[in-house]
Amino acid sequence: MGNGTPLGRVRGLGASHHGTGHWLQQRLTALGNVLLVTWFVVSLLRLPLGDHAALMQWASKPMVAFALILLVVSVFWHLRLGLQVLIEDYVHGEATRLLSIVLLNFYAFGGAAYGIFAIVRIALAPAALGPGGM
Amino acid sequence: MAGKEPSGRPLSPHLQVYKWGPHMAVSIFHRVSGDGLAIVGALMFLGWLGAIAAGPEAYAAFVACVWHDPAGGGVHQVTNILGKIVLVGLTWAFFQHLFSGLRHFVLDTGAGYELKANKLWSTVVIVGAILATAATWLYIAKEALNG
Repeated sequence: MGNGTPLGRVRGLGASHHGTGHWLQQRLTALGNVLLVTWFVVSLLRLPLGDHAALMQWASKPMVAFALILLVVSVFWHLRLGLQVLIEDYVHGEATRLLSIVLLNFYAFGGAAYGIFAIVRIALAPAALGPGGM
Repeated sequence: MAGKEPSGRPLSPHLQVYKWGPHMAVSIFHRVSGDGLAIVGALMFLGWLGAIAAGPEAYAAFVACVWHDPAGGGVHQVTNILGKIVLVGLTWAFFQHLFSGLRHFVLDTGAGYELKANKLWSTVVIVGAILATAATWLYIAKEALNG
């Protein structure tokens, strides 16, 4: 602070035009990832990964399905921010950069939607609901 | 625009004039491991999740492709090896990015920039990630042999 224009100082957004929002979101989702991805990796190591029925039973537990959805949101939010910086550093030219950012957003939002939909399908599968289904 | 005439402006020091150190390595590893996890790791995760949701046959096909095919198809012998290389790479990327990210949380507080401390913790991150990856795969190998 100090050598910007008066209007710039009032807005407080700096040279990037979006202030510290990106930085803060990156840190908050990083903290989420530390907890959620560590839980997920430990779970993977403990699960019988060749046993489809056992995985269905595990992933359809309400707390597990809930945590998996949180993990998808935190991870895809974080990777969208990270890959955005990669594009901003290495992709030059306004048109290709804009196109790259659009593709990144398709990937991040599409991937997150696919992941959450898969978790919901697992959690609500008739087999997971026990005898009689729902 | 981008003229060839030499300008009087000082040039930014670039990679070839720096002496490589652990702090530089840990910086570029953070980006490489993060982008690897973001693209390869996330796609593997979605493939795994989608295969579970699609049912037992789809999941068996996923496992046969990535890990082990009981029928022993020729193509799968190749993809099984590639799958394990990718999974070891993702394990390293996970630990590298996790430890390096924790280091960034400390740096965010303004601590750890002194030359010796910076070098020490950069080295700890790199060595720690390799040791954790080795320990994880020794555990996986031990479980595979026992069960």
